[in-house]
Amino acid sequence: MKNLLILGAGTAGTIMANKLHHRLDTTDWQITIVDRSALHYYQPGFLFIPFGLYQPEQVVRRKSDFLPAGARFVIGEIDRIDPENNQVVLTSGQCLPYDDLIIATGADIHPEETDGLKGSLWRKSVFDFYTFDGAVALANVLKDWPGGRLVVNISEMPIKCPVAPLEFLLLADDFFTRRGIRDRVELHFVTPLSGAFTRPKASERFGGLLTAKGIRVTPDFSIARVDEAEKAIVAWDDQSVPFDLLVTIPTNKGDAAIERSGLGDELSFVPTDKHTLRSSRYPNIFAIGDATNVPASKAGSVAHFESEVLVENILSAIAGQPLAAQFDGHANCFIESGHGKGLLIDFNYEAEPVTGTFPLPNVGPFSLLKETRLNHFGKLAFRYAYWNLLLPGHVMPLVGSHMSLAGKDLS
Amino acid sequence: MITKTYAGKAVAVNEEGYLLDSQAWDEKIAAAIAAEEGIPELLPAHWQVIYFMRKAFAERGDGPSIRQLTKESGVDTKHLYQLFPKGPAKKAARVAGIPKPHGCI
Repeated sequence: MKNLLILGAGTAGTIMANKLHHRLDTTDWQITIVDRSALHYYQPGFLFIPFGLYQPEQVVRRKSDFLPAGARFVIGEIDRIDPENNQVVLTSGQCLPYDDLIIATGADIHPEETDGLKGSLWRKSVFDFYTFDGAVALANVLKDWPGGRLVVNISEMPIKCPVAPLEFLLLADDFFTRRGIRDRVELHFVTPLSGAFTRPKASERFGGLLTAKGIRVTPDFSIARVDEAEKAIVAWDDQSVPFDLLVTIPTNKGDAAIERSGLGDELSFVPTDKHTLRSSRYPNIFAIGDATNVPASKAGSVAHFESEVLVENILSAIAGQPLAAQFDGHANCFIESGHGKGLLIDFNYEAEPVTGTFPLPNVGPFSLLKETRLNHFGKLAFRYAYWNLLLPGHVMPLVGSHMSLAGKDLS
Repeated sequence: MITKTYAGKAVAVNEEGYLLDSQAWDEKIAAAIAAEEGIPELLPAHWQVIYFMRKAFAERGDGPSIRQLTKESGVDTKHLYQLFPKGPAKKAARVAGIPKPHGCI
């Protein structure tokens, strides 16, 4: 019996388990998947919890409900990956051998990387919404918050979901307007990037949206520490921004098990070939989703598009054939802009987000890089698509793993 | 493709001012680009960073991230921001004649 081992049963790991279950000969291959938790969180939902738009229970389900029968689901903590011996050792001492390994261990926030961030102000006036607990804690504060200076700050790049901080600000603008206290709140986006986003046209569009809603933007700010006494964030060049409430997107790093195994880069992401998704060091180790170091956005849609490529390449590797499928960095994201509207961006390694229609030319029905009500519904409908289409490993209709140029305004 | 002249030499740059060919670089070009970036004089610490960046690019095919710079260049973070204000990884890459690092995604 050969072993296909998947580390991490989040979005990417679950999709791979389901896709491979359909394609591998299960009399020959045993699929095993490891995770430290029995619960699956819909991470895109965390953004809505602080504003009371989703209730916490709407974003949690049991992982076992989404894994294929026949796959062995092991709940445990990984101690380290031992590539020389083709095995993974758990902290319990259990040894999991593999013929092929898929690393899907994701990324997490590490506030302790920035001086003073996880200090005396943590969960008192400094919050995150990138964890379930963080989002729930922030919801409890925001509902009665009397107003003041609310700063959203990104510590460093890369982060999961680079649009989420922008969405947070746009939803906050909406939230405080509804509470009737928008004029008592100063919203301020402080970012290490030179603009609102990582690509020029989208950066300009988002920057414009923020300005139109009276949201201040301070770019080129690299946080060195939090001055706990002054309640301010301080940059390496000594620029200082005071806050009453700080919503931080701390440094994102890959799983500690990757670091312990000596398999990660300086942020514990796995060095991975950006097209084949094979690890740079071991021919029978592959990586997918937030755990890799590929220069694509860390987003669920990217994990989905990667999975279509990785499935083919794993089957080729098993058959001893060259890896023919190539990932193009495709990402597709609905973005909440508040007041019942949203935007949609569709891009890849080479092409930045542009205006146009998606997925079909003219007919759309979605509009790219433009605020529409339909895009907002697309974002909300995505939760249904996530649980029912994406996780089970189905193909999304009309949306291929490679970014399409159809419908795009290219000048 | 855009051509710019630095210290009497014509070089091809992209729309953000990064040299298209890192081999076309020399120290005079570095000084000229640095001046454009508001750095009037290149000190030994600047050169330490510049040569570290060129070496990293030659070895890895990509400029180092700010994290790699602070850990491996021998120059600490605070000093890096003093030498190359506002975005040392991007700025030093430009002065060093290598492409903008892919770190920002």
